[in-house]
Amino acid sequence: MAIWLGLDSRIIVQGMTGSEGRKHTTRMLACGSKVVGGVTPGKGGGSVEFGSTQLPVFDKVSEAIESTGANTSVVFVPPKFTGSAVSEAIEAGLDLVVCITEGVPVADTARFVNQALDAGVRLIGPNCPGIISPDKSNAGIIPANITGAGPIGLVSKSGTLTYQMMYELRDIGFSTAIGIGGDPIVGTTHIDALEAFEADPQTQAIVLIGEIGGDAEERAAEYIAEHVTKPVVAYVAGFTAPEGRTMGHAGAIVSGSSGTAQAKKEAFEAVGVTVGRTPSETAELLRGILRGK
Amino acid sequence: MDLYEYQARDLFEAHGVPVPAGIVATTPAEAADAASRLGTPVMVVKAQVKTGGRGKAGGVKVVKSPEAAREAAEKILGMDIKGHVVRAVMVAEGIDIAEEYYFSLLVDRAERNWLAMCSVQGGMDIETLAAEHPEALARVSVDPRTGLDAAKAAEVVAAAGFRAEDRAKVADVLVRLGEVFVAEDATLVEVNPLVKTREGRIVAADGKVSLDAHAGFRHPDHAALADTTAADPLELAAAERDLNYVKLDGVVGVIGNGAGLVMSTLDVVAAAGADLPGSPSPANFLDIGGGASAQVMADGLAIILSDPQVRSVFVNVFGGITACDKVANGIKQALTMLGERATRPIVVRLDGNAVEEGRAILTELNHPQIRLADTMDEGARMAAELAVETPASGREA
Repeated sequence: MAIWLGLDSRIIVQGMTGSEGRKHTTRMLACGSKVVGGVTPGKGGGSVEFGSTQLPVFDKVSEAIESTGANTSVVFVPPKFTGSAVSEAIEAGLDLVVCITEGVPVADTARFVNQALDAGVRLIGPNCPGIISPDKSNAGIIPANITGAGPIGLVSKSGTLTYQMMYELRDIGFSTAIGIGGDPIVGTTHIDALEAFEADPQTQAIVLIGEIGGDAEERAAEYIAEHVTKPVVAYVAGFTAPEGRTMGHAGAIVSGSSGTAQAKKEAFEAVGVTVGRTPSETAELLRGILRGK
Repeated sequence: MDLYEYQARDLFEAHGVPVPAGIVATTPAEAADAASRLGTPVMVVKAQVKTGGRGKAGGVKVVKSPEAAREAAEKILGMDIKGHVVRAVMVAEGIDIAEEYYFSLLVDRAERNWLAMCSVQGGMDIETLAAEHPEALARVSVDPRTGLDAAKAAEVVAAAGFRAEDRAKVADVLVRLGEVFVAEDATLVEVNPLVKTREGRIVAADGKVSLDAHAGFRHPDHAALADTTAADPLELAAAERDLNYVKLDGVVGVIGNGAGLVMSTLDVVAAAGADLPGSPSPANFLDIGGGASAQVMADGLAIILSDPQVRSVFVNVFGGITACDKVANGIKQALTMLGERATRPIVVRLDGNAVEEGRAILTELNHPQIRLADTMDEGARMAAELAVETPASGREA
């Protein structure tokens, strides 16, 4: 098992004919993901070659689904067109939509996130590295060669900290690792991932990575206290971030006294979740938990 | 991007929100001229700063003549309000206030929609209002797909407890403010106070607007609203090169890929330096992003080494999409460009994509300032220790 993405995931890439889409389709195929086609309005009927694989291009997501049986989409289209691309994917009835694009206006995100919530479609992102269930499937840009399948579930606001943590724990492996993205509004929250990991038989322990801004970590801590029986360790980035400055991610900002790393750390500790001071210490804490099981 | 009050006023006016007449001035002479052009019996000279509490600090003065406006501007311009130097004032038409209200519309991260907040008790800051009179602050969720339409605005004014005879007038202004929010891609529109004049008009007497930088492609006119005078020169130089840079006040320069990893690197450096003499801490945040080229890395290193406060540098890269050989080539390029001016130590930690190639390039380069670290924690410690050992130096690049 794994969550949301597995052997039966059939992936289309929206924006496959662009340079980013092409590059990452190549990488997804190389690690065995079932990418079955692409969507670029105006380029339907064509195809793109990836080594020995030739993938069809469609004008519309609905056509791609009809022709390929796709149930998952990865969106690489530029910010200007992301709103309509994601909205089309949700409307077409896919199970999972992963939006990699960075720089989407928050109003567009707010609209398509609410659309996904109403439609019951699992949306991950935007501004995220995607989701990987190692040795099964990879939807997004997370490097597939860091580590293999194992008992750890990982949910993170940050892409590179996801890679770093997978690398630290590469000898153990992961059920699924999800980068939920660093924008102020995202389709999948820490809580959504915690709920799914709790229900997933493969996952034995969970690593949660947060960062400054908003109160998603505080809410996750409350959720863990009430609903999660599996061990969770956490890491929070941004203790040294100054107030009022956006630190790279659009959502990473301390406003007044809210959204600080210290408050998030305290919220986790208050519910018995240990918080590592560095990524490697966090990995060690998790290692200790798995050894003790 | 946060706007000044006068910029918010102009946006409001463009979208039909009733506002007092107002003219911005950067010198006392301009202020006097603005006052004579306004020609109202009473005017207000208001400091333009992106912080609250200017009234208490003496940054708002009521005047009755152009000469008095000049004198007020002389006092206010150059004033320091909570660390913000006043570089402009707005001379605004005085309004005869009967009542003060509060209104804001903002992105609600937690609920993933918009939130309208409104109160018939305005004039005090929102934190005080929320803390002291939470019952007086109406909070109404707004669906981003429909926005603050007439029905939603009616719900807001009813929840805030406006008198029946004022509701329609206030709701009309709220709808227009909602239009500002949508049409301009704002993340915050706040009016405090929203006032009722003695003649019964509803007027936005102050305005605070934040615009979504990501929506710039829809708003070519927003670029002109950016404030370049207040920014740090290193931040401006970095912005010109499309680098994600934030100046901090420490001595260890930090470069990494990915916002989360760089934030984490800052924390690990600060922790490593905490027990050392002088407690060296990070000098900056710099994210070179995913899939960075050698040129981006070289630009980043050049910016950091042009900061005279920097005594050591820590380059921390986990290659996911970014290839470590490109990062190494960028370091090589920057050092070649700097030549003998590269006088400060650079600790490099590389892992992930093309790590062997990257390390080989730096080993072969054999530059006296380059040190390789095996892990992030070790690299942070080395960079903090080197910052203690390296004397402060002048500007280099």
